[in-house]
Amino acid sequence: MKISREDVLGVAQLAHLELAPEEVETYRAQLDEILAYIGKLQELDVASVEPMTQMLPRTAGGATPAGAEPELRDDVLLPCNVGEAVLAEAPDAARPFFRVPKVIER
Amino acid sequence: MTAAPTWTITSVRDALLAKKTSAHELVKDFYDQIERRNPELNAFLALCPERAYAQAGRVDAAITKGQPLPPLAGVPVAVKDVISAQGVRTTCGSKILENYTPPYDATAIERLEKAGAVVLGKTNCDEFAMGSSNENSAYGPVRNPVALDRVPGGSSGGSAAAVAAGLAVVALGTDTGGSIRQPGAYCGIPALMPTYGRVSRYGLIAFASSLDRIGPFATNISDTATVISVTAGYDSNDSTSAAVAVPDYLAEIEKPVLGLRIGVPEDYFGAGLDPEVKTKVQAGISLLEKLGCKRVPLKMPHTDYAIATYYIVATAEASSNLARYDGVRYGLRVQGNTLMEMYRKTRERGFGPEVKRRIMLGTYALSSGYYDAYYLRAQKVRSLIARDFASAFEKVDAIVTPTTPTAAFKLGEKTADPLQMYLADIYTVTGSLAGVPGISVPCGKTATGLPIGMQIFGSHFDEARILQLARAFEKAGGFSI
Repeated sequence: MKISREDVLGVAQLAHLELAPEEVETYRAQLDEILAYIGKLQELDVASVEPMTQMLPRTAGGATPAGAEPELRDDVLLPCNVGEAVLAEAPDAARPFFRVPKVIER
Repeated sequence: MTAAPTWTITSVRDALLAKKTSAHELVKDFYDQIERRNPELNAFLALCPERAYAQAGRVDAAITKGQPLPPLAGVPVAVKDVISAQGVRTTCGSKILENYTPPYDATAIERLEKAGAVVLGKTNCDEFAMGSSNENSAYGPVRNPVALDRVPGGSSGGSAAAVAAGLAVVALGTDTGGSIRQPGAYCGIPALMPTYGRVSRYGLIAFASSLDRIGPFATNISDTATVISVTAGYDSNDSTSAAVAVPDYLAEIEKPVLGLRIGVPEDYFGAGLDPEVKTKVQAGISLLEKLGCKRVPLKMPHTDYAIATYYIVATAEASSNLARYDGVRYGLRVQGNTLMEMYRKTRERGFGPEVKRRIMLGTYALSSGYYDAYYLRAQKVRSLIARDFASAFEKVDAIVTPTTPTAAFKLGEKTADPLQMYLADIYTVTGSLAGVPGISVPCGKTATGLPIGMQIFGSHFDEARILQLARAFEKAGGFSI
């Protein structure tokens, strides 16, 4: 067993998920099985391998095709004007703000 | 059992130009079909008739005036419900976005409509595109139009089913680990995952940002080529889209395949592959050889590690991307006495079990103390998988494999065992991790009539080559081999 009840509760707290008591054991068993399977990654020797941190294509020789480097647009302001449309989707808007339960206690 | 698809992009164009129908009439016919078939298939989650008829009206006006028609004029299309369409409810198959209406259009939709396409509505999918059977949708599963007791595949199950049932001429799906190619295989239609960065993702609601791609479903390769021509290309609103030149795919697909080298990796034909699928895909490869392709045996030794790698990388990114659903700015809010309580209650009520499972797995893999053992290691193995592809493409022009280990499974067959469900993507996730394009094409059927898919991978930005092979395969009768 790789993952305990406490692990599940700890991860759920980090991820802001509230779990029903009966869900905890279900997720524990499932995550345990999945992590046991993922354990096969430990079989490989990756000591000299760089992690893949970007998606630019590289041939084994390291070349990239023309145009595959990230394109940066000019740093200019463009009108957006979506404030009203965005706030219209808010569960509780107090224009121009989103209202939430009190965060700071006095 | 099913009305086979009758319309193609070409036949729509011909019928409109010959005035045999109008774009308006065509839309009405498709909505009539959807009304008849959708209660059974559950392929569509939302329809947008106002928008569709307005677009059809513009196409009909252009025809009346004798103006030149853009490539998709009057073509009814369906769009997976993870792609934003302004003013059309977009749920991602989730309760957390049940009443969400995006304030803008995704670039892919904008480009389709600019090319004259008529968006009929949004298609069902696994919640946030997480699943391989469409059974993780909060709005019920989609049924496979070929066999109603079977899943259509996932996560783009609604888009695949809509096209296979003739409820849309073409459709957009998204592919993160196989979510276009696998449902294409299960429903018996061509399905293309383009190169990472080929199609703008502006307006695509993110699942795993280093993997997500938008691509088409169609009933033939020419239509597939047309849709990718229209949607591909750099977009200043998506910094991950590539400014690589987009070729004329319709011209490219008719080029002869004589002399093309096709790699066949033995690692994709081992234990777990259904014998019927194996036989048909091998027959498919023989057919390509008969057409003049040269078969090259390959080894891609890290194939077996792809699922484990994928379920760390994808869930880690998902746990981060889905942190935005907190009840503050859009979507569901469940009230709480404190901000934290509101977050937790909203996410508890709004997310389904598979999404929660993946968020927890991803959060675990990224958490302090486990990062090196899981996430960092997975990113290193991902390099090895990408290297397998890079070395293969020094020797071959394309790689041919089965799309899936089996044909479509029964509804409910794998829902109790998440890991078994994940293994349905064993041949597709490799290309997702490497960033290369892949297409699934129909390759005959099982004895019980279930479609089988053959997958063709190409090197980065070489969609033209795999479409060319797919077209030669189609012309030679490979789809019904």
